[in-house]
Amino acid sequence: MESIIQQIFQQIINGLSLGSIYALIALGYTMVYGIIKLINFAHGEIMMVGAYAGWFATSVLHLPFLPALLFAMIVAAILGVVIERIAYKPLRNATRIAALITAIGVSLFLQYGGMLVVSAQVRTYPPVFPETMYSVYGVIFKYGDIVMLLTSIILMGLLHFTVQYTKMGKAMRAVSFDKDAALLMGINTNNIISFTFAIGSALAAAAGVLMGVYFNTIDPLMGLVPGLKAFVAAVLGGIGIIPGAMVGGLMLGLIESIVSGLGASTWRDAVAFLILILVLIIKPSGLFGKNVREKV
Amino acid sequence: MRNWFNRKNLVMLLGIVLIYAVVQGLIMTDIMPPFYKLTLILMCIYIILSTSLNLINGITGQFSIGHAGFMAVGAYVSAIITAIMHGPLILGILAGAIVAALVGLLVGLPTLRLKGDYLAIATLGFGEIVRIVFLNMELVGGASGFTLPSRITWTWAFVLMVLSVLLMKNFVGSTHGRACISIRENEIAAESMGINTTKYKVMAFTMGAFFAGVAGGIYANYMYIIQPMTFSFLKSIDILVMVVLGGLGSITGGIAGAIVMTLVSALLAGVPEWRMVIIAVLLIGMMIFRPTGLFGTKEFSLNFLGKKGDK
Repeated sequence: MESIIQQIFQQIINGLSLGSIYALIALGYTMVYGIIKLINFAHGEIMMVGAYAGWFATSVLHLPFLPALLFAMIVAAILGVVIERIAYKPLRNATRIAALITAIGVSLFLQYGGMLVVSAQVRTYPPVFPETMYSVYGVIFKYGDIVMLLTSIILMGLLHFTVQYTKMGKAMRAVSFDKDAALLMGINTNNIISFTFAIGSALAAAAGVLMGVYFNTIDPLMGLVPGLKAFVAAVLGGIGIIPGAMVGGLMLGLIESIVSGLGASTWRDAVAFLILILVLIIKPSGLFGKNVREKV
Repeated sequence: MRNWFNRKNLVMLLGIVLIYAVVQGLIMTDIMPPFYKLTLILMCIYIILSTSLNLINGITGQFSIGHAGFMAVGAYVSAIITAIMHGPLILGILAGAIVAALVGLLVGLPTLRLKGDYLAIATLGFGEIVRIVFLNMELVGGASGFTLPSRITWTWAFVLMVLSVLLMKNFVGSTHGRACISIRENEIAAESMGINTTKYKVMAFTMGAFFAGVAGGIYANYMYIIQPMTFSFLKSIDILVMVVLGGLGSITGGIAGAIVMTLVSALLAGVPEWRMVIIAVLLIGMMIFRPTGLFGTKEFSLNFLGKKGDK
C-alpha cells in the first residue's frame, strides 16, 4: 500500500518536472498565437537552438548553469526576432494558412539546417547539477527536478509580472486585443510583436536548456515532439491565454507520467494527441477560454 | 450527346499510352536502370497522393496535414491482406483504400467542423496517432517494420495512377466538385445557397483518404518493407509541399508539383539534409512571393486542341 502511494507521488514529481518544460514552451506558443493568430510551428526548433546554445555555453565556454541559461535565452530571443522579421512579417496580411505553411517551412529549415551545422549526431549535456537526491518518505527528488521547477516558476512569475504590470505588457495585451485599435493609439505594433517573439523564444530556450539537463542528450530533431506536445498543452489550456498555457503544460506532463507509470509508455504520445483532438472537438477554446460566437 | 472521342481526349489518350509504352519498353529491354524505375513508380505514387490531398486542401479549402496517416492505413491494410492472408494484389489495394476511406469518414465527421489551423492541427494529431497505433501493433512488426514481397510493376502503378487521377478530375468537374469549390471560395455564401457544406467537406475528405489509401497500397507492395517511421509528419509535409508548389486547387498543378519534387528528391538522394533545407526554403519563398503556387487554381489543359469543330 505504502509503495503504491510512493509510486504515485514519484510519478507526480516526474510529471511536474516534465510539465514545467511543456509549460515554458507552451507559453511562447500561446503568446505568439494571442498576438498574431499564428501557430508558430518553429517554436520547438527555437527550443532546440536554445538547448544547443546552452550546451555550447556549458561545455565549450565552461559557464555555470545560470549564465549559460541567460546566454541561451538571449541567443534564442535574437533568433526569434530575426525569424519573425524575415519570414512572418511579409505575411502579416496573408491568409492564416499561408502563414502556417511558412511556419512549417521555418521549422524544417531550422531542423535540417541545424543538422548541417552541428551534424545529426546526438550530443551529451555536461552534468550541470550535482547528482544529489533527496528522499522524503521514500519519494525521491533529484536536485535537477527542484532546479527545474524553481526555474520554471521564477520565469513564469517574471512573465506574469511583465505582461500585467509593465508598459510593454500593457501594449502587448492591447495589440492582442485589437491590433488596429492599438496602432491608432500610438502603439508600435511591429515592435510589440517582435518583443513577444523575443520573450516567447527566450522561454523556449530556457525549456531547451532544462530539457538538455534533464534528459542529458540533445539532437537537431529534439524540438519536434516536445514542440507539438507543448502546442497540445497550449490548446488544452486555451490558446492565447497565458495562465492556460501554464496549467495545460503541467496537466499534460502529469497525464503523460501517469500513462507511463501505468506501463503504457509507448502510447504516451498517442494519448497527448488524443487529448488534443478531444479538446478541439469538445471545447476548442480550451479549459480557460471563453466561447467566442462567430459572426457573419 | 457529348462526343467522347474529340480531338482533346484522343491526344490525351495517345499521350498516356505513349508514356506507358516507352517506359515499359525501356524496362522490358533492361535499358532502364533500377533507380530510374524506382523514381518513376514513386512519381506515380506521389501523383496520386498530391492529387488526393489537393482534393481536400485545394479544391475544398480544408487544411489537412495528416495525409500520411491515411497512406499508412492503406499501406498496412493492403500489406496484411497480400502478405499475411495471401490475397490477390488488387484486393489488397482496394481493401486498403476502403479502410482508409472509412477512417477518413470517421475522422472527418467530427473534425471537419473545425476551421483553418485548428483543423490542420487536429489532422496532424490524427496522423501521429495512426503511426503510433501501427508502432504498437505486433502483427505488423512494430517499429522494425513489416516485410512483404514486391509485386507492383510499372504497369500496375501507372494504370492505378491514371485511373485515380481521372476519377478525381471528373469528381472536380462534377456537381459535387463544384459544390466543394464553392465551399473553398466562401463557405457562408455556399451554405446560404443551399449547399450542405458538411456533407461535401466529408465527401472530399473521404475521397482524399480513399486515394491516399490506394497510394499507400502501391507503396507497400512495391517497397519490400514498410515502417511506421515512413509515414511520419514529414511525409505529410512532403505531400503538402507538392500541392503548395504546384498550386492549391489545380489538379494539373499538383501533378506537376509531384513530378518536380520527386525528381528533386531523387537528385538529392545522397544529401538528405540539403533536400529538406531546399524544401523548407522553397516553402517559405513560395508563401512570401507566390502564395498561390506555380499554377494557382488554373488548370493546364488541352482545350486549345478542341476549339475547332466541337462545341
